Amino acid sequence: MMIWSVIDILICALVVALAMAALYAPALRQRVMFFIAFGLVVAITWARLHAPDLALAEAIIGAGLTGAMLLMSLDHTSDMPREPASYGLRIGSAAMGGVLILGLMMIVSSLYPIHDGAPTLAVSQRQVESGVSHPVTAVLLNFRAWDTLLELAVLLSAALGILNLGPARRSCGHAASLTDGLARVLVPLLILSAGYLLWKGAFAPGGAFQAGAVLASAAVVIHLTGWEKLPRVGLRSLRLLLLVGPTLFVAVGLLPLLNGQAFLQYPVELAGLLILLIESAAMVSIAGMLTLVYLGGHPHANWPIELVNPKEPM
Amino acid sequence: MNSLSELLSVAIVLLAVLVFVAGTVALIRLPDVLSRLHAISKIDNLGFGLLVLGLILIQPAWIDGVKLFGIWILVLVSSAATGQLIARHAVREEPR
Repeated sequence: MMIWSVIDILICALVVALAMAALYAPALRQRVMFFIAFGLVVAITWARLHAPDLALAEAIIGAGLTGAMLLMSLDHTSDMPREPASYGLRIGSAAMGGVLILGLMMIVSSLYPIHDGAPTLAVSQRQVESGVSHPVTAVLLNFRAWDTLLELAVLLSAALGILNLGPARRSCGHAASLTDGLARVLVPLLILSAGYLLWKGAFAPGGAFQAGAVLASAAVVIHLTGWEKLPRVGLRSLRLLLLVGPTLFVAVGLLPLLNGQAFLQYPVELAGLLILLIESAAMVSIAGMLTLVYLGGHPHANWPIELVNPKEPM
Repeated sequence: MNSLSELLSVAIVLLAVLVFVAGTVALIRLPDVLSRLHAISKIDNLGFGLLVLGLILIQPAWIDGVKLFGIWILVLVSSAATGQLIARHAVREEPR
């Protein structure tokens, strides 16, 4: 249809324009705003490319959580006047950027014409063995579960790194009755939709990553409203929270070894149940990890607790 | 082909587009934060509400209409709250 191609070209132009604005807007705050808008338009682009799983993830993580994290760190940074880069550096980076763009264009154009090739066929033929009816979930948690497990490990190591940074930033705490009311509406709805996305992942776009990100955004809302009445998360439960997903994933992956099968090769009749189990645990851990990324430090207020004298050189 | 509800839907969506355009122009042209905030909350409440109403009329399944209505309520709640927050911040910053 004609009208759709016009809309698609407009979206493409908007993505490029917003990317430029996010890089070159005068003030840091404006750049962050443009980056959030950029994430939203990229999410729409994924939706137009019939990739709703990616669109969901991009909207929640790319625009929502990353936006919240950038805004949060804005409060703690000042606009530093930048020294203009030297002439040689500018020429060099322009040349490298040009080579990168040319290379990407050559790679992308070599993919055309796009058609449902062997990989798509392979997935749809063996769909029944995966235990779920949504092809993306089948690939992520069954056919290529290794990749997902390693992704979780990457997130876990990022979270461990953040835990070592020091205490998290304080919430600015708009303790207005209004935001309190908004949070009371939003938090239960966010928890509900996280559960919905998790359950839905077996047959439709959704899954542990999206659900975990929605849960993390509920934590962001709570942090922004500065709810002091919430119970403190102890060290032990924090560790449990972060580890339950990866540990359960590895444990379930190891079980088939007893039967003489390969790592992560689930028995066909149990696959659906096992995937739901892994995804539930992974959702909780992902939510914890992403919340830590947003907080940018240890949730314990005076971490590290047993620091003798921070000024003393070690 | 063109049933009454489809025609009505097109009319309402066009009205919504009008509100969006007017609100955007106001957002660019109006001088201070509070009046801009007024313009943008009109987009959220009225413009988006009309858009949702127009789209509800052409949904084949009634449950999709309910979902759209729910989205509108959520946008209303969040825009009311954030509008208040921005306004409060603007008033506090004003006498510099």
